[in-house]
Amino acid sequence: MDELIRAVTLAETPAQMLTAVQNLAAAKDAAAIPTLIAVFGYNNPGAAAVAVAGLIELGEIAVPQLLEQIDDYNYGARAYSIRTLAAIADPRAIDVLITVAATDFAPSVRRAAAKGLGNLNWHKLDFPKSQTAINSALDTLLLISQDTDWSIRYAAVVGLQALAKIVDVRQSILTKLQEMLANDNEKAVRARVQLAYTNCGF
Amino acid sequence: MIEPSAEEYSVENGTQLTPEIAIANLQSPDLSLRYYAAWWLGKFRISQPEVVDALIAALEDEADKTELGGYPLRRNAARSLGKLGNTKAVPALIKCLECSDFYVREAAVQSLEMLRAPTAIPALIKLLDGGVSQAVQVPGRPHLAQPYEAVLEALGAIGATEAISLIQPFLKHPVPRVQCSAARAMYQLTQDTSYGDLLVKMLEAGDLKLRRVVLGDLGAIGYLAAANAIAQSKAENSFKLIALKGLLEHQLPDKFDDVGVADEAIRVMKLMDSLL
Repeated sequence: MDELIRAVTLAETPAQMLTAVQNLAAAKDAAAIPTLIAVFGYNNPGAAAVAVAGLIELGEIAVPQLLEQIDDYNYGARAYSIRTLAAIADPRAIDVLITVAATDFAPSVRRAAAKGLGNLNWHKLDFPKSQTAINSALDTLLLISQDTDWSIRYAAVVGLQALAKIVDVRQSILTKLQEMLANDNEKAVRARVQLAYTNCGF
Repeated sequence: MIEPSAEEYSVENGTQLTPEIAIANLQSPDLSLRYYAAWWLGKFRISQPEVVDALIAALEDEADKTELGGYPLRRNAARSLGKLGNTKAVPALIKCLECSDFYVREAAVQSLEMLRAPTAIPALIKLLDGGVSQAVQVPGRPHLAQPYEAVLEALGAIGATEAISLIQPFLKHPVPRVQCSAARAMYQLTQDTSYGDLLVKMLEAGDLKLRRVVLGDLGAIGYLAAANAIAQSKAENSFKLIALKGLLEHQLPDKFDDVGVADEAIRVMKLMDSLL
């Protein structure tokens, strides 16, 4: 493992970096986690995509470090972290997802968080904690579904569609989607709302 | 576009305006207030008739002039008039196509495109005079003799099929971005997929800056066959999402209610979802 990790830190060209990250991710070893997260900040989209896939495969074991090592100064890196957390879907990420969905300045980060908020593995939380978490996710998605940026509203609809699997919040989501269908000024967003309708079986 | 767009102003950093103050500021002795007001009225789509009239008047401004002979206020007025959607501005914008300031001409072309003004076609075609051989860099300036990209795009968007034979040679212009604009216009005017495919090829071959331009072009023409190439291109997700949004909107009828969404549109949305 040490050697695989060192190969990443020593890579001198984008191609070398990509190969080193591929080898490291293929080891599927928890010791690789910090290095894979660091790759998000190297401005190498190919390598970052491999690192994301590797971390998703490692799953829940990567979540604490993903949460701790979010890069507050590099929104590109932050978007990769949020996408990874969203895909692993561990509900321990909820507070981070809520914060960035509502307040991050980078739309790419907010969109990734919005999608993730609908999709967490809620059953891993005990009652009533799960209830509170679901309601917070709902409130955040309802809030950002009024954003001025169409792509944020689009992502909010994707999040709401996923969240509508939960019976307790279905009615609130249905009401919001109807409102968006009637009022949203972007055809693309209204089309996504309609798709959400169909997918939810409303 | 070569000159940084006025859109990059941060709204928060500017003076807090109201429509009344902005209209009054267009006559302010402080030229910077006039310049800002002209931008602000467009940005916030303040489309009342007196705004349109005041901005049309600003297209003839002589007070605000740069050392190089540019007309900053005219540029902003021309840009805003495109956003306000009032075709009353068309004749005055057509007149701007003869302005000595390249950026005024460019802004006017873009606004005439936004206003979909068919009466502008002859004047737009005139900017292509001399063809590719005259479409060269102006010595010492960061732009070509005319705003060719904007002109080609406008002719395509307005549907100027009479310009096809004049546009086609620009596919071979040495500047790749001009080639893109020509391909985009040719596709719009002929619906021939070879022009769409040409853009897809440029998406794969170009550097990051060109890829962003091509993504914009593919979105603007709604070239559905490019959907996967867009999703997989090496560019930021925000640019890909905007391009796919263009494709999606071309798939949707003008007024769609709950008749359901077509399969092609669903395919595009699935790609968009994957880029969130």
